[in-house]
Parts: sequence; structure tokens; C-alpha cells
Amino acid sequence: MVEKPILTAAQAAELVQEGTTVQVGGFLGCGSPDKILAALLARHLHNLTLVCNDTAVYDPRTGRINGVAPLILDKAFSRVIVSHIGTNAETQRQMNSGELCVELVPQGTLAERIRAAGYGLGGILTPTGVGTEVEQGKQKLVVDGRAYLLELPLKGDIALIKAKKADKSGNLIFSKSARNFNPLMAMACTVVIAEVEEIVEIGQLDPDFIHTPSLFVDYLVQ
Amino acid sequence: MVQTETIGYAENKEIIARRIARFFKTGDVVNLGIGLPTLVGNYIPKGVTVILQSENGVLGLGPSPEPGMEDKDLTNAGSLPATILPGGAFFDSAFSFGIIRGGHVDFTVLGVLEVDQEGNLANYKIPGKMIPGMGGAMDLVVGAKKVIAATTHFEKSGQAKLKRSCSLPLTAVKEVDFVVTDLGVFEVQDGHFLLLEWFAPYSPEYILATCDADIVVAPDCKQAELD
Repeated sequence: MVEKPILTAAQAAELVQEGTTVQVGGFLGCGSPDKILAALLARHLHNLTLVCNDTAVYDPRTGRINGVAPLILDKAFSRVIVSHIGTNAETQRQMNSGELCVELVPQGTLAERIRAAGYGLGGILTPTGVGTEVEQGKQKLVVDGRAYLLELPLKGDIALIKAKKADKSGNLIFSKSARNFNPLMAMACTVVIAEVEEIVEIGQLDPDFIHTPSLFVDYLVQ
Repeated sequence: MVQTETIGYAENKEIIARRIARFFKTGDVVNLGIGLPTLVGNYIPKGVTVILQSENGVLGLGPSPEPGMEDKDLTNAGSLPATILPGGAFFDSAFSFGIIRGGHVDFTVLGVLEVDQEGNLANYKIPGKMIPGMGGAMDLVVGAKKVIAATTHFEKSGQAKLKRSCSLPLTAVKEVDFVVTDLGVFEVQDGHFLLLEWFAPYSPEYILATCDADIVVAPDCKQAELD
């Protein structure tokens, strides 16, 4: 097995350029690659596109902030494709002022679009969103009498993901509910950078319990 | 329309949560939405064991951890610290929505902005005012076997949230099975609400008089029991 480069968070952040579409793992901040995101924030880039479940948590009243929220505050993104923005007041403000384009996607559809990109599918058919604003501009197909929307694959340039454990070849094991979108994004992006808490030697992970095989991972960050 | 009146807000929510918890039987897989629906988990009757599914990738979600026992890698769908019960399982988001969309969840309980007598639900957007996004709600409402809409009966303005026809953007079309409010329990049936139960101190007459929707009082309509 080939060992993958182990980068610092700053080196990983250098791989992101203006105009890049980044897919970032995490569910309201749980399972986001916080070290890489902090290094990315330090670069103060703009005009990035974000694919993520949500825009994380920013509550000015309590001061609670996590995940991609500091990048939202820094106006790193010109476009976000997410399922939920309700826990980040700044996202709503930038959307209302026209600074940020927000594309809201039902969460299950978002997961399937990312999965479809990684699995080489031309799209997926889902009943979710039929008869709602979500169906606007989409092909509707009837299969066995039920209506479905054709939802298209969602690829990314760079995946910034978080795992609990890796071996030096890049096999990944995620932890608890911090798994969420991370393994899907690892398959849907051209370059995949995995921030991990622990790196072990090749052969020390049980192949039966690997969530994301090494072939999807280009760089590790510890 | 008669003047609407409500008792304490928190108290009303507790009544709604306690009644919804009585829908379940042992073994049911249940997804509880954020806010009022989350309270339902506190009132599962003794002797009934449900399996809570959380769309962020958990089956067998447990109660909140003791202070100091929080795990940064384990939250509920509202980003609060959570636990998992023995026998539970974790999975990724595509798998989680396979459970949801695939019809493997028995009940989903969701909040309401508007619900109408056709079973349409609006709960994710007030154009120009509040746009939190749908999160997993659209998939849950389409995919779960039974959809329970949980809501206080009236808006702060005094308008009933049960409508003839929703005016807000829809979360899903004709998917709601039951609506439980602090006034009563309703089943959505062929273009009307069937009133199954009412909560004291209200009455079917009061409910009919304060709600601009087609409501039929079930022949066996009765006062709701909570314990």
C-alpha cells in the first residue's frame, strides 16, 4: 500500500484556491475538519462555493460558533449548497442582502446527489420535493404511478473531511454521528483531504471495519 | 369566530408531547423533529420501547448525557449532545435517508407553520421573513409511514394553524396523517380533519367555532386521556 502525504492544516488550506467548490463534512459542526477550516479562515479567501449539510452554528446571543460558520462570517463563500441555514444568523443576513447565493436542497437529496457523483450515476430519482418549490426547473418522471424528481450529481473540487482514525495509506474510520456526509464527499471530489485524530501504521486497521478505503484519500492532516 | 384563548404555552406543548407519545408501540422506529417534537421523547409511556432514529446518522438515540459526559462526536439532529442506547447503530447521511425515504421509519413527528385538510404541510419557510431551510423535513414527511404534525393550535395572532389550504411554501403534499394540538387530536381524511379527541377545558364546539377548516367530529370522539 502507498503511504499518503501527511500535511499540516496550513499546507492543506493552501490547496484551496478562489473559485474552488469545497465539500465540507459535518452536521451542525459535528464531524467537521476544524483544524483545516481554521487554516482556511486564516487565508481569507473569497468566492468559494460550499457544499455542506448546513452552514453550522453561529448564535450571536450565546457566542456559540462552530464548523464552517467562521468562514461564513469572513465571507469566504459566494454560493452555498446546503439543506439548512437556520442556526447561522449570518447566512440569512448575507442571503437577504444579496451577498450570498443560497441553494437549499432537502437533506436526503443532498446526500444522494453527492453519493451519485461518487458512484458514477447520472442522477437519482426521489419523491422528495414533488409538489413543492424544490421541483422547479427539474425533470419529473412517473415510475409505477409515482412521481419522482430527477436530481443531478453534485461533484466538488476538494473534499475537506474529518475522520477519527486513519492508517498511513489513508483508510478511514469515522466516529459516531461525526460520520454524516464525510464518507460520501470522499467519493465525490477530485482531491480529498482528511483531517484525522490518529494515524496508525498500514495493517493496523481491520479491513472489515474501514468506512472509506484508502483509494479515495489524497492527503491526511493530523 | 369566537375569541381564542390558550393556557400557558409551555404547558400546552407538554400536553401535545404527552399525547403524541401515546401513539407508539414497542418496536416502532420514530424520528422526532427539532423543538416541540423533541419533547415527545420525554413522555414515552412506561412499558413501551421505541427506537429513535436521528437523521444525522443514529438509530437508538438515547437521552442527553450527564453534564461532563458529552462526546463531541455524538449529537442529535439539533446539534445538542446526545447518547446512544445499547444495541444502537451509526451510519452515514445517505444511509440515514435510505432509512427515512425507504419507508423504514414508522412515525415522524414534525413542527408546523401551517397544515391543511388535504394533508399538506408547510413548515420550512416564510418567504421574505424566515428561511431556515428544510433540512431533513421534506424527506421525513415523504418517507415515514405515518406523519404526525405537532403544534400549538393557534398562532400568536390567534389564527388557527389548521387551514383549508396552506398559503406558505409546502414541505410536502398530502402526507400528513395526524395533527395533535393543545386542543385536540385530528386525523386527516379525504379533504377534512376528523376530530378524534379533545383536551379539557376545550370542547368539539369550541374547536369547530375557532377553526376555519372543514372539521368532522368523529362519532366516537372523546376527551383525550394522557396517562
